[in-house]
Amino acid sequence: MAYLDHAATTPMLPEAAAAMTAQFAATGNASSLHAAGRRARRTVEEAREAFAEAIGARPSEVVFTAGGTEADNLAVKGLYWARRDADPARTRVIASPVEHHAVLDAVHWLAEHEGAQVEYLPVDRYGRVHAEAFREAVERNPDDVALATVMWANNEIGTVMPVRELAAIAREYGIPLHSDAVQAFGQLDVRFGDSGLAAMTVSGHKIGGPYGIGALLLGRDQSPVPVLHGGGQERHVRSGTLDVPAVAAFAVAAVLAAERREQFATEIGALRDELIAAVRGAVPDAVLGGDPDERLPANAHFSFPGCEGDSLLLLLDAQGIECSTGSACTAGVAQPSHVLLAAGTDPQLARGTLRFSLGHTSTKEDVAALAAAIGPAVERARTAGLS
Amino acid sequence: MTENLPRAHRPLRVLAAMSGGVDSAVAAARAVEAGHDVTGVHLALSANPQSFRTGARGCCTIEDSRDARRAADVIGIPFYVWDLAERFREDVVEDFISEYEAGRTPNPCLRCNEKIKFAALLDKALALGFDAVCTGHYATVVLNEDGSRELHRASDMAKDQSYVLGVLDEKQLAHALFPLGDTLTTKDEIRAEAERRGLAVAKKPDSHDICFIADGDTQGFLANRLGKAEGDIVDEATGEKVGTHEGAFGFTIGQRKGLRIGHPAPDGKPRYVLDISPVNNTVTVGPVEALDVTALTAIRPRWCGAVAAAPGTYTAQLRAHGGETEVFAEVVDGELRVSFGEPVRGVAPGQAIVLYDGTRVVGSATIATTTRATAAV
Repeated sequence: MAYLDHAATTPMLPEAAAAMTAQFAATGNASSLHAAGRRARRTVEEAREAFAEAIGARPSEVVFTAGGTEADNLAVKGLYWARRDADPARTRVIASPVEHHAVLDAVHWLAEHEGAQVEYLPVDRYGRVHAEAFREAVERNPDDVALATVMWANNEIGTVMPVRELAAIAREYGIPLHSDAVQAFGQLDVRFGDSGLAAMTVSGHKIGGPYGIGALLLGRDQSPVPVLHGGGQERHVRSGTLDVPAVAAFAVAAVLAAERREQFATEIGALRDELIAAVRGAVPDAVLGGDPDERLPANAHFSFPGCEGDSLLLLLDAQGIECSTGSACTAGVAQPSHVLLAAGTDPQLARGTLRFSLGHTSTKEDVAALAAAIGPAVERARTAGLS
Repeated sequence: MTENLPRAHRPLRVLAAMSGGVDSAVAAARAVEAGHDVTGVHLALSANPQSFRTGARGCCTIEDSRDARRAADVIGIPFYVWDLAERFREDVVEDFISEYEAGRTPNPCLRCNEKIKFAALLDKALALGFDAVCTGHYATVVLNEDGSRELHRASDMAKDQSYVLGVLDEKQLAHALFPLGDTLTTKDEIRAEAERRGLAVAKKPDSHDICFIADGDTQGFLANRLGKAEGDIVDEATGEKVGTHEGAFGFTIGQRKGLRIGHPAPDGKPRYVLDISPVNNTVTVGPVEALDVTALTAIRPRWCGAVAAAPGTYTAQLRAHGGETEVFAEVVDGELRVSFGEPVRGVAPGQAIVLYDGTRVVGSATIATTTRATAAV
């Protein structure tokens, strides 16, 4: 079995699993005032401090959520509502067109229900936003911008955005910039404190932590309107009883991800380059998606001319190779990726894509298995053609 | 010797088409049990799937897709959703509309079997290395000693679906697997089998309607696509205008309900649709006897065997849930000519005629013209 879909989810680190199971044995609501509650609160706050240090933030800037999607929704909707409430003229949302659906659909929703004017930034053929385009969009009328949102690195094609440059521009005009760093955390330096961002999303299960937990890093001067109302936990921004075991395990995974990041990025990048060379060797006309240089070290993305992505997926799955077409699903139906279409990829070519993403358990054997299988799979998928 | 499965002596790589219903789920489970290497696939046939079914049962909803996935999980087979919406739209939905527009009454299920399940899907399956496509149809494939194949009615005549498979040719049959075909069980027993196998679809209601018309309102669907066009309803005997309609395409030969004729016929008997003329947007009505047909011609014949049927006596089925009629049939100039021993009623151009020799399907063709027993005008 060759698991090449770490961008979808990666195996939990044993240290994180141990931290989580240890907490399962303990009782205590972190909001309770008695001893059991104080114990839970202490666990949460120690985890928050460790997590904050790992991601270069202050503890007060960490808002735990139930995952990346919730954090994205809180940032996009919450900041929009807050900024528009402060000044009704602020209804413009500047976004990259290659965002994850957790951001993209939240932005769509604001346009449909909350009067937002959405402006999608141009991207180059690698799906990359450029600082000049962002500056141009902001300067056209800085006063009507509610917020901007540009992901740190793309989940499908791995292209890395110049987030720090964009954040500097946003700061010049006092515009909050949010970045979805779900894919970047653990692979790139995404320290929040010196990023210049107003808000940043990360997720537990993408870095070897548990499912069902994420965080919104939120600058102390930001007060988004809550999406979830209730008991007022997490700076009154995100109500709900804290998931103590998940918070503890997430912090352990985050600390390890930060500690290991540089070495991991170097090693996984080398393995990824081997994978790219192997695929190109077997299928010379395969087209590498995403920026060849500014990309996540663990990501490889290809389009295979004349193939249907779902045919390739089926054929590789039958060989024990697990990867993804990298595109969104509706009722399980693969649609041409909005990311590739935004980057100007030919729609026919965009139907035959596969994303291979590596992680902490990846080996040379995984790459060798793919190298052996991909050529025949592409040949066979081509005979099945584009139905 | 006969066999229900093509070359059943070796395990096949089988692609099981799973609609999300109970029949196709049990069929896939039986194929696994027979030792085949089975992969499940749900066909997404609607470009804009409704999130959950509204009203009548369809087979293109997200819920159906999830039901199929869940069944595949329980059976323990890989499962994928394939998007054949564009092919389905072109080959089935548009054909359905243009047939009605031309005054005929199409059967989209036959069309789907011919063009989608045993063409688009089968071709893709074969190209990807599968040997056969498996469905939950009730029909039987018999393998002769010389290697040729025959399609027969299901063992249980009450559930037989060979009519909608009558369009399959030799090559398509060679790669078709119908694990439910030799079942002498009631639907309740199939449901019990599903239950026993842990399939949650055991209790799911049957689908009856046209899958791409979720609310079951065919007239509304056609009016929406073709627009309303008021025209006359004319009595055949008198030539008198007896009513108006909102589009001739909305009618089927033999139809009685929904004519909204204000006053009764002089003889007091109900009137039926006898003819639909799209050219002048006129619907002709008359008494029930005028529906009697003694002969018909049918085009696009397709044969289940290798050769065209010899002139002779066969039994024929003229609609999906119709009975059998004895006919004399021959092929003249590539067209099927059929005469009936006894007149038959309500034969609608556009429907398929399927010829049988005993339980064996001989072939099918699309009804083009009919000869009425009492040509009144």
